[in-house]
Amino acid sequence: MAQSLYLLKHLYLTMLRIRLCEESLVEPIMSGKIRTPCHLYSGEEAVAAGLCVSLTDDDYLFGNHRSHGHFLAKGGSMQEMMAEIFCRETGCSLGRGGSMHLIAPEVGMMGSAPIVAGTISLALGAALAASIRKEKRIAVTFFGDGAAGEGVLYESMNFASLKKLPLIFACENNFYATHLPIRECRKTSEIYRIAEPFCIKTVVVDGNDVLAVYEAGKEAVEQCRSGKGPIFMEFLTYRFRGHVGPDDNIQGSHTDIRPKEEVEEWLRRDPILLFEEYLLDNKLFDIAALENIRKEAEQEVALALDFAQNSATPKSEELTAYVCR
Amino acid sequence: MSADRKLPYSLAINEALHQMMAADSSVFLIGQGVKSPWYVGNTAQGLLEKFGDTRVIDTPVSENAITGAAVGAALAGMRPVVVHPRMDFMLYAFDPIINEAANWHYMNGAKSCAPVVIWGIINRGGEQAAQHSQALHALFAHIPGLKVVMPATPFDAKGLMISAIKDDNPVIYIDDRWLYKTEEHVPEEPYTVPIGKGIIRKTGKDITIVSVSYMAIEAVKAAEALKDKGIDVEVIDVRTVKPLDYDLIFKSVRKTGRLVTADVGWKSFGFAAEIAAFVCEKAFKYLKAPIVRITLPDVPAPASSVLENIYYPNSDDIIKAIEEVIQCPTK
Repeated sequence: MAQSLYLLKHLYLTMLRIRLCEESLVEPIMSGKIRTPCHLYSGEEAVAAGLCVSLTDDDYLFGNHRSHGHFLAKGGSMQEMMAEIFCRETGCSLGRGGSMHLIAPEVGMMGSAPIVAGTISLALGAALAASIRKEKRIAVTFFGDGAAGEGVLYESMNFASLKKLPLIFACENNFYATHLPIRECRKTSEIYRIAEPFCIKTVVVDGNDVLAVYEAGKEAVEQCRSGKGPIFMEFLTYRFRGHVGPDDNIQGSHTDIRPKEEVEEWLRRDPILLFEEYLLDNKLFDIAALENIRKEAEQEVALALDFAQNSATPKSEELTAYVCR
Repeated sequence: MSADRKLPYSLAINEALHQMMAADSSVFLIGQGVKSPWYVGNTAQGLLEKFGDTRVIDTPVSENAITGAAVGAALAGMRPVVVHPRMDFMLYAFDPIINEAANWHYMNGAKSCAPVVIWGIINRGGEQAAQHSQALHALFAHIPGLKVVMPATPFDAKGLMISAIKDDNPVIYIDDRWLYKTEEHVPEEPYTVPIGKGIIRKTGKDITIVSVSYMAIEAVKAAEALKDKGIDVEVIDVRTVKPLDYDLIFKSVRKTGRLVTADVGWKSFGFAAEIAAFVCEKAFKYLKAPIVRITLPDVPAPASSVLENIYYPNSDDIIKAIEEVIQCPTK
């Protein structure tokens, strides 16, 4: 299936922007310059990049604790996100939210929150709003395999199906709920099956193959937009880093308990490397062209880091501002 | 039209919903039982017929997701009213109410807000026991970012519902089935009762009683009865629990020097305690006697009507408390 060079570049650039932005956080986390808990997305970039490219700014996206990638792929400003991670007043949440509260309503990034499954029902409501207003926009809720243990997901699937709401349940299955492997959380790792009793169409996608994500995502978005109701997408993927911070279950503590062989096996399936191979093998881009795209991303990251670190912190006298509108 | 048109409390709520849904297409009603007369009384009557089932949405029993959906719809530009016919069931929705709606504006740097009305009905008495009788306003009033209103009269029931729907913040609207049949003049045109403003139901100089919701009715009754005994009681109905009208309470206590609080909830850590703490902090020098709290005992609601009769305080309990405070030797 032939995709335009523009699309291919966009997918590659989006994945690189996410990866390089996040990897640039590792040093400041380890040196204590960043203290807000950062749940890094490295390794899962193909999901956000591949799915969000089919969304418009009018479509609603709700994220979770691991949403740097969702925010960037949806079109949020890297500078504002980086500043938020450094808890500066120029951040997207004015330094009140930190890494886990990323928002850019102007591009449909409606917010993210770390209560596992907590934003699923919010996306359900955004889809309901679109449906009541008879709009063509859709909503996407990103959540992980851990959220499949929360009751609100099942309530939300039932209601979305009942009312045929334009909602994509985007489950990023990285096989770990914080420290706990999926086999210790559920009898089957095939999460998509939980949607079947609600008569919701399901699809399982290789979450490390950006083109597979793109194709499946495009179809899902079309289905929702045309009024055929919700869809449940399970993306099989893996985080290269720890649950929170570079390699930890507690930020800064080197406590990742995953088997080394398992991590190495997934590193060989790095979505960015896989896509580079595809682009080169099919002579769609040459090495110089890829290098240029990487430079573009590197420059943006450098500027964003610089912007964040040189931004002012929130003012003490404004502690109580913004509790209510 | 008629200046003395009377409406019961429940139909005052109904009229507010009709008028707001007609005036603003982003307003919709969602929750369990909005199609059923016995779930929400007659508060929803005629809405389905007039506005259709896309804006009057009866739901499966899924309080968490449905409340979250109301919050999410609010974030997406709607002004939903989500109803919980028994507020006990709202506890399933603590996450969308507290973690999400209440915190949303602050934790997102004021980029977005949730103009949602979360309507919980207190449904006490009738030997319904612990899980069908609770008044949980203090739990919500504890949370920064939530507003909590509790109208005691038909006039306020309509005006506060309209204010709650128009407010850009999440508002917990709590009414009490015991009030549904009370009647008074309610203007036909839409109007607002300001959130955060209490009202003096009866002026007096000897003692202040700060009351809320159903206890405001009992407080007025008690004040009337005490007139004959020569005790001049000032009755404040706070109407809004949060933000509380501290100024009104301060001025009254400064005048009377005595305070009784009357709540529909439990004693410890509750509404009555908050009023008492405030007065001790800010108006201590005006106090002539200790403060007394009239509340539920720290006990779950019993089923037996024999026990119910002593569980729920009424005007007699208020009278007794006021007499005690008045008789207390002044400093």
